[in-house]
Amino acid sequence: MTINTVKELLEAEVLCSSESLETEIHSACGSDMMSDVLAYVKDQAVLLTGLVNAQVIRTAEMMDMKCVVFVRSKRPSADMLELAQESGIAVMTTARRMYDACGILYSNGLKGNGE
Amino acid sequence: MVNEMAEPLIFHFDVDGDNFTSAGQASVQVKKNLRQLGIDPETIRRVSIAMYEGEINMVIHAKGGEADVIVSDESIEIILKDTGPGIANIEQAMQEGFSTAPDNIRSLGFGAGMGLPNMKRYTDYMHIDSVVGEGTTITMRVNF
Repeated sequence: MTINTVKELLEAEVLCSSESLETEIHSACGSDMMSDVLAYVKDQAVLLTGLVNAQVIRTAEMMDMKCVVFVRSKRPSADMLELAQESGIAVMTTARRMYDACGILYSNGLKGNGE
Repeated sequence: MVNEMAEPLIFHFDVDGDNFTSAGQASVQVKKNLRQLGIDPETIRRVSIAMYEGEINMVIHAKGGEADVIVSDESIEIILKDTGPGIANIEQAMQEGFSTAPDNIRSLGFGAGMGLPNMKRYTDYMHIDSVVGEGTTITMRVNF
């Protein structure tokens, strides 16, 4: 699916990098622990998280991720959005909680293993 | 490597230990530099994740330090040097899940005891040289 499809499925609000919404993504992961993201994720393009700090964006950047989704309507700071913009990472926020957001994407075909 | 290099390239960074928000800046910069050199994305990812975890560790445990990244024909070497408290038991520190990070670090998404294991996982060589009370130097290498 595209990043735009993620946005529509999660009824999310895009906060930056809206020019990359047509980017195709093939897998995702959900975690509040950045060390776990760095340990287990491979070729996953979307990070769903309830954690809000600059390290979320840097972790996504390190993993070559394309999109960060903040759950439970959490909103990143302007500094974080600037970091994401520099890295070409799309950022959005959804009112959905983590479990629901992951479930919606998964049941629409976005798997976790990159296959 | 895309181009043969006569001399290794060295990138040096001072890692600011006062501010967790800025932790990781050096790794982001290294990633950019390696991209400009035309190094393959998988190698870049391994180097930058290993360095990022190390940089976060330096900020959490040692109030910052110095980082050098040396790009040669054979490998990319990362040397992280701090004058922090040192690691009392390296074998224990290498175990997944073992952490001495304070609780507030866990609420920031780190401190799960994955840093050193991740650094080892993503590199071809890793050596920890640490003296309690004096500091730690970690050398990592990713081969081309």
